Amino acid sequence: MLRKLLIGTALATSFAFSAHAADVKEVQMLHWWTSGGEAAALNVLKQDLAKEGYAWKDVPVAGGGGDAAMTALKAMVAAGNYPTASQMLGYTVLDYAAAGVMGDLTETAKKEGWDKSVPAALQKFSVYEGKWVAAPVNVHSVNWLWINKALMDKIGGTEPKTFDEFVALLDKAKAAGVIPLALGGQNWQEATMFDSVVLSTGGPDFYKKAFNDLDDASLKSDTMKKSFDNLAKLVTYVDPNFSGRDWNLATAMVIKGDALVQVMGDWAKGEFHAAKKTPGTDFLCYRFPGTDGSVIYNSDMFGMFNVPEDRKAAQVALATATLSKSFQSAFNVVKGSVPARTDVPDTDFDACGKKGIADLKKANEGGTLFGSLAQGYGAPPAVANAYKDVVSKFVHGQIKTSDEAVTELVKAIDDAK
Amino acid sequence: MSTVATSQIKLTPEHARPRATVRSRLQDALPKIVLAPSFAITVIFVYGFILWTIYLSFTNSKTFPSYAITGPRAYQRLWGWTFDTDPPSSWYTSITNMGIFGFLYILICLALGLFLAILLDQKIRGEGVLRPIYLYPMALSFIVTGVAWKWFLDPGLGLEQTLHQWGWTSFHFDWIKNKDFVIYTVVIAGVWQASGFIMAMFLAGLRGIDGEIMKAAQIDGATTFQLYRRIVIPLLRPIFLSAFIVLAHLAIKSYDLVVALTSGGPGGSAWLPSNFMYEYTFKRNEMAVGSASAVIMLMTIVAIIVPYLYSELREKSR
Repeated sequence: MLRKLLIGTALATSFAFSAHAADVKEVQMLHWWTSGGEAAALNVLKQDLAKEGYAWKDVPVAGGGGDAAMTALKAMVAAGNYPTASQMLGYTVLDYAAAGVMGDLTETAKKEGWDKSVPAALQKFSVYEGKWVAAPVNVHSVNWLWINKALMDKIGGTEPKTFDEFVALLDKAKAAGVIPLALGGQNWQEATMFDSVVLSTGGPDFYKKAFNDLDDASLKSDTMKKSFDNLAKLVTYVDPNFSGRDWNLATAMVIKGDALVQVMGDWAKGEFHAAKKTPGTDFLCYRFPGTDGSVIYNSDMFGMFNVPEDRKAAQVALATATLSKSFQSAFNVVKGSVPARTDVPDTDFDACGKKGIADLKKANEGGTLFGSLAQGYGAPPAVANAYKDVVSKFVHGQIKTSDEAVTELVKAIDDAK
Repeated sequence: MSTVATSQIKLTPEHARPRATVRSRLQDALPKIVLAPSFAITVIFVYGFILWTIYLSFTNSKTFPSYAITGPRAYQRLWGWTFDTDPPSSWYTSITNMGIFGFLYILICLALGLFLAILLDQKIRGEGVLRPIYLYPMALSFIVTGVAWKWFLDPGLGLEQTLHQWGWTSFHFDWIKNKDFVIYTVVIAGVWQASGFIMAMFLAGLRGIDGEIMKAAQIDGATTFQLYRRIVIPLLRPIFLSAFIVLAHLAIKSYDLVVALTSGGPGGSAWLPSNFMYEYTFKRNEMAVGSASAVIMLMTIVAIIVPYLYSELREKSR
């Protein structure tokens, strides 16, 4: 079906990619994990596969967010030249599955017991119409605070349990003359923080209704308005220079002690590790105040394509290795995320990782594991980006009041649906 | 040339004619054969894909192209967004930015380019050194220009910080962080990059002006200002046109500069239509809307280029 649709692109790109003749003992992998730590993490998988006699063939496309990789993937698939697997995010997997180009790993999944070990919320993206089409690699969670411990001790702060306590803590930092909140003023960072604010303000049910089910009444509600007010409150604690700052520079401010706290996903931990900081002694990881017990997640997945029969064995080997407990542990220790299955022992993880694993398990069992809207796991990209627009315009003042923000949010999401 | 060719044909002996015909036919066809691949590539990859984009803008394509025509819904949405001014829709921001950026960029580049060219044309020593200094920014990619200016304009890193360290603490310049002014920083970086090139164009034009006319005017008692105002600048009209065309298309296709310099600006306030197009097509999976915006950009360029081509061709045929 898709092949027919994309004949133009196919012609254009088939030349470029036909050079890679697929070897049956080879795993072709398209990904954008090219930076140091990420590449090292992926190396674990390469070695696992090498033990089983499968060669690894990278199709790396650099670029953090993966936009370039996704464009390359579109072209490869259009040309009928499927990689064995590709790193993918959320709705992309479902889009490709709907186009009928994904493989079927249901047999392997049954044998390995993925149905039970992988959280149900993740299966929404890795299972399409009853068929396993992707292997989740990790679970990142978004509702974290990253705090500089030395500053925290200096101002005599304690873990904030509610939003009001959080504001009080920020006030203390302000009084002590440090930047209270490190924020990168890019739309995805602002929206990522707002995910946590909404969960904190409205509670788990409200978050689910508003940001996963896109329920109109919830989006319009006073609780949403209150959430925007809370966001506005937080934005008063950032330094005037925050606009456009990259997330890792914001993390660096916390590491260096220029700022007290950053609200960011657990990939921020990688920055602390790179700076040789230890959780508990140099930095602290708390759940965003008022969100303990819930997890807002996003997850990297390896989407498995419908490759010819003779390449399927390699694909199965890749999928099995990806979800093996040893790889899940080894990879996620390096990456900063937590395993995508809940039965992996947490012995190798640091304090934050252990907490992350426990929280994920609890959230999975309690039904409080939600997709992050800012990270594209709450709704399709069109809606997610419309949401980011509104949040960012609110933070930067194009949208002036929380009333207006709510109206705009409803309008933008309706328009994008 | 043509007379030589005819005389050769006349000289050709009767019996050799068939062979010569094959050969001369081949010779006639050779340019076409050589040009055919690049012609085909242009037809498919430029005009073919223009048509394809127009087609896609009338479908409901999302992540992948879809071939079912569903009418001008994408255009209706863009049209609706055009009047969404408070708070500004992304499309409204993009097109107003295009207006501001395009107007200032072209105007300032032309003015600055002409000014520099006139200064350099005063037969000064060291022109050979100065000219490339102004011209070199054009050799940089927009990404380099964008990143360099991003650091320079960042209040925490660049100009403001430095002046504060030197003691001028009241100095305040945070346009790059300000939603209302960020587009002007794009103008600054763009002008820095292109004005040297425009200067080179004007300099070439100035060198082409007949010195006799200038001398005659000076003898008639024209002041330097009058000389430039009444004689030199009118004579540079073709250069103005070419420079305008070069700048106009640079302005409309600007994308990388905005991304490198501002990453879209606070709340998307630095977007140009090309950023809008990329965002919607590749990030938001709204290919139809992205295509429609691309078609509108194309129409904008056509609206500029066609009158120019028309006037050029009309002048040639005279």
